Amino acid sequence: MIAAAHPVQRPPRAKLLVVDARRRIGHAPRSAFVRFLRRGDLVVANDAATMPASLSGTHAATGAAVEVRLAGRPSLGPEDVGRFSAVVFGAGDFRTRTEDRPAPPALAAGDRLALGPLRATVERTLGHPRLVSLAFEGPPDEVWAGLASHGRPIQYAHVRVPLALWDVWTRIAGPPVAFEPPSAGFTLDWRALAAMREAGVEFATITHAAGISSTGDDELDRLLPFDEPYRIPASTARAVSRARERGGRVVAVGTTVVRALEDAAAGGGLVRPGEGLATGRIGAGTRLRVVDAILSGTHEPGTSHYELLRAFLDDATLRRTSAELDARGYLTHEFGDSVLIERATELAA
Amino acid sequence: MTDPTDNAHLAFANHTGDDRPDPLAGARVAVTGGTSGLGLALVRELLGRGARVAFVARTRSRVGQVAREHAGAHGIAGDVSRKEEIYPIAVQIVGELGGLDVLVNNASDLGPVPLALLSDTECEDFERALDTNLLGPFRLTKALMGALTASAREGRGAVVLNISSDAAVNAYPLWGAYGASKAALHHLSRVWGEEHAADGVTFLSLDPGDMDTPMHAAAVPDADPSTLKRPEQSARELADAVADALRRRADFVAPPAAALALEGGVV
Repeated sequence: MIAAAHPVQRPPRAKLLVVDARRRIGHAPRSAFVRFLRRGDLVVANDAATMPASLSGTHAATGAAVEVRLAGRPSLGPEDVGRFSAVVFGAGDFRTRTEDRPAPPALAAGDRLALGPLRATVERTLGHPRLVSLAFEGPPDEVWAGLASHGRPIQYAHVRVPLALWDVWTRIAGPPVAFEPPSAGFTLDWRALAAMREAGVEFATITHAAGISSTGDDELDRLLPFDEPYRIPASTARAVSRARERGGRVVAVGTTVVRALEDAAAGGGLVRPGEGLATGRIGAGTRLRVVDAILSGTHEPGTSHYELLRAFLDDATLRRTSAELDARGYLTHEFGDSVLIERATELAA
Repeated sequence: MTDPTDNAHLAFANHTGDDRPDPLAGARVAVTGGTSGLGLALVRELLGRGARVAFVARTRSRVGQVAREHAGAHGIAGDVSRKEEIYPIAVQIVGELGGLDVLVNNASDLGPVPLALLSDTECEDFERALDTNLLGPFRLTKALMGALTASAREGRGAVVLNISSDAAVNAYPLWGAYGASKAALHHLSRVWGEEHAADGVTFLSLDPGDMDTPMHAAAVPDADPSTLKRPEQSARELADAVADALRRRADFVAPPAAALALEGGVV
């Protein structure tokens, strides 16, 4: 597929591929996606706003230029910003493809990094020379102020213009805890939410710290997605129960919502409200307990996002889907086109 | 304190002795222009009622000073009149508070100082008043709407309070730039209130009255302070109005959820 190069969240000509529960494939303008919802359905989206998680700076011991991409933290707590896991790149920025970026200097525990107004210390490496645990100096408000003034959204070479936060915050963006935008939510605007309400479709949100999607390093990419903290409001857990009771479908907007809801239901039964840490991988072998359908970007085979779709569809239908996306010129990546996939009935419990 | 147009949609009941818990206790509130005048009085009033408060103001040293003097308050240096500063401000507000229940758009600019007849008003002075009093609140509220609607869905209530003025409705000579910007802000509040009522977000547009503040002194240098309202008094009245709105909205249930629950097994 061709990468979408323009940072427009809702291009008027965005496309939607729809796979229904009987594995039939159809196409529609994405702006019409509400038509594929039914009265009684529940749409659940990730309301995480995107943190400015790309920090340029220098490695104090060598003076070498580095780019730090924050990639994880222990919880969503507003004060829990003293320690992050992070992927470190050498000199350069998003304009160079991640796989072509020079490596940073060798990183060791105790190394200090100057990142604009922020000061951080490498605590240790995390099983890979470029994946580190970073400790920031200063109280939480200073860390937030430093991120806000110096950080930029993480981005990749397929989008050529520098992104601003307004390019990557969804309309429903709330807590700035995602390291990359939960981009399936780009589809939603306030008019679409009003249309859902008029159609008798319920709407709820979770907050999930969507992690980075690619590092340019095969060995690191195999570790993705990292563990991701999430929070499910009690009102959302209740909405899932109501949808179940009335026979409505639970439609997840994005892979992060699938990950959070299924993790919160892993104990069996209903979705458990509160904070959790999504550690599992969802794929061909996963039995979905909560989510009936997913609205997502278009994903290439081999990515963790594509693997997740295998929980919804058999491989033969997924291959047909990929062929249709290629043949019809669908665009991929965060500003690309979308798919709406309902779990195949034969696979359903 | 009155609604400048007595518009029924925006009107609020005066708070008269209520023994229910104050919904401002634990509420997450952001106040712009929070280091002087009404804004500072609001920060103090809200902290006193147990709210978790983030305040925004332009002067970094003054922000730090007010933050040090008010334990628990989150000080954010930023200029709401500048488009490129809105998202960095929003990151800090929602990042530091973990969410947002109440936004108070209080930061205001008089336009020309000393006040000037419209035909003597420099375009740049008018533009600054619009950037601060109208576009700033528009941009910041829009950036924070996701956080506010999330609070409403969770039953916490969500309120946007825009500080208005009698100059928004009365044609006072010399107050043209300020009055026009506040009139537009008032209308923005009304339309936004209509558009987000179903999402559970309440918009209040309230006139705090003529207060003894640095801004009033700049506008009317020879005013007798004893004839002016204390900003602490206005802050209390405004906080009461927000508390009333939160109380009403805490009972908010999304219409489709209620309707569907009654209808049962549709599809």
